[in-house]
Amino acid sequence: MSAAAKPSILAAEGVNKTFDGFKAINDLNFSMDEGELRTVIGPNGAGKTTFLDLITGRTKPDVGTIRFGSEGVDLIRKSEYEIYRLGIGRKFQTPTVYTDHTVFENLLLSLEGSRGVFATLFSRVTPAQRDRIREILQTIGLSAKEDVKAGSLAHGQKQWLEIGMLLAQNARLLLVDEPAAGMTDEETAKTGELLLSLVGKHSIIVIEHDMVFVRQIATKVTVLHQGHVLCEGTVDQVQSDERVIEVYLGRSKKH
Amino acid sequence: MQKTFSVSELITVFVLAVIAIFVVPCLNSMVPQTSFFYISDFAINLWGKYLCYAILAMTVDLLWGYTGLLSLGQRLYFALGGYMMGMYLMRMIGSLGQYHMPIPDFLVFLGWTRLPTFWKPFDSFPFALLMMVLLPGFLSLVFGFLAFRSRIRGVYFSILTQALTYAACLLFFRNNILMGGNNGFTDFKFMLGHDTRTASTQRGLYIASAFFLLIVYLGFKWLTGTKLGKVQRAIRDSENRVLFSGYAAANFKLFIFVVAGVVAGLAGALYVPQVGIINPGEMATDQSLEAVVWVAVGGRGTLIGPIIGAVFVNVIKSWATRAYPDYWPIILGGMFLLVVLFLPGGLVGLFGHCVNLVKHSTKKPDLTAEINAEVEAEPAAPVAAAATATGTHNPSE
Repeated sequence: MSAAAKPSILAAEGVNKTFDGFKAINDLNFSMDEGELRTVIGPNGAGKTTFLDLITGRTKPDVGTIRFGSEGVDLIRKSEYEIYRLGIGRKFQTPTVYTDHTVFENLLLSLEGSRGVFATLFSRVTPAQRDRIREILQTIGLSAKEDVKAGSLAHGQKQWLEIGMLLAQNARLLLVDEPAAGMTDEETAKTGELLLSLVGKHSIIVIEHDMVFVRQIATKVTVLHQGHVLCEGTVDQVQSDERVIEVYLGRSKKH
Repeated sequence: MQKTFSVSELITVFVLAVIAIFVVPCLNSMVPQTSFFYISDFAINLWGKYLCYAILAMTVDLLWGYTGLLSLGQRLYFALGGYMMGMYLMRMIGSLGQYHMPIPDFLVFLGWTRLPTFWKPFDSFPFALLMMVLLPGFLSLVFGFLAFRSRIRGVYFSILTQALTYAACLLFFRNNILMGGNNGFTDFKFMLGHDTRTASTQRGLYIASAFFLLIVYLGFKWLTGTKLGKVQRAIRDSENRVLFSGYAAANFKLFIFVVAGVVAGLAGALYVPQVGIINPGEMATDQSLEAVVWVAVGGRGTLIGPIIGAVFVNVIKSWATRAYPDYWPIILGGMFLLVVLFLPGGLVGLFGHCVNLVKHSTKKPDLTAEINAEVEAEPAAPVAAAATATGTHNPSE
């Protein structure tokens, strides 16, 4: 890959995944650098969400390797919770927070630390943890909502809380699935700012449909099509790429 | 962070515990029978039974209300605990049975002259007590391990718990497992040297049940307040998120499932000497379903709800099965429907709703003041939280 100087955070090679004869992922090769923000776009059914499922161990590939970090840990042999303990955090398409817990408790449960059954039975909140949670609340702009139940937050706020939960996990790689879906323009812009503020400290993969949003955040875009990387480059490069235009327009003709 | 116990709650629990553990037994033993306040031996016995049901209901709620695991088989663990107690009680009959043999009557009836080997240790109460904990604990550990490792969730989990209960029920009906078959164990005479047929022993068992209920209440209160309790409710609300936060959700569910199994088993062990019989009918599927109805009626996801529900439904049952025995299943089903359709929070939820209504109707003129107070309180919230933090969590720990 071009940026050989920088350590790679994620490298997928020759990954294939078939569901009932449908090739969801077809010989996928993907690599990104530590601290990079990468946007993945592609038409419906291009395999974007399946790609995230493969990284997070939700499904296992038929063939291929997915390696994480400079140590090159093989993710395929790990279970879901082990993968998350390695430092990969995922934000789902629909906000997935603990609705019956307060915002503070949501972050507390995500915070690095005790994860075992008996360890959690006797763990106490330390002042350091409290400070860390306050810091994250500041970052995601929810300081005033600390003691509010997450279930009563607005849609956008839930999305930010979920991003905050990934930060609390101290995830090195954030997988963010359509963060702008269902948001107002203002919320979308704020989400973009939030993600941009994390670049460098975290590596981020964003899956998105909204091209205005992609333009706001993207430096490098990967286009997926039929489970395969179609092309990579800046927003302008991919938007002027003939294959990309064909894929998107070709699809829209069918509708 | 909230404190585990609020002052008003502590006082309420304390008062109720004193009434249940001290006042009620005194009204039974020290007040003359002619007095208005006298509580009959029959009533004490009945309430001891209700309290055991209440403990069973709490275990159902710990699984269903707090972890999102609807177990339709809690009665199985209850019955297994009961059977272990029953084995001990059968041994304590000695040679006083119908056949005047040193082994239980049903074994004589089956043609045995010696005690089967696995019955022998049940002469010892400590061993029986150990088995009351171990057998329900072991079964729930094995079943839970297999079910949670295979990621069996939701309705499939419920069906499996019920199937296991039914299988166990059929097994216990068989004579050749030497557990009393169809008739089970009955005709108990002594427990720890006391005659179980006397009022004073029954009173003691009632007190033990009330005391155990208090312990279980406080224990569950503590458990659900820990970080484990938070993970537990997080699993209920979003199991995927829990997995993706790096928790092995299956291990947490297994722990809770075993705790619920063991507590249910001990409740069953207290129940058997009070009702004087244990047979496979105790683990019939409809019995387990009834326990779910108690929790739904009382209010799931609360600690007090299952207690209220178990007592409420059983008081009605005691009356209905005498007054209208044919209609009891319809009354029970009707209650369940009513709660599901109109009272999702159960009786506890209804009570909370009424309290809110009263508050609102009296506080209406102050509405703007309330809003102002809320706005003012918001910037101060972190300070308040910090204050409670230093109150509950000692930083020097």
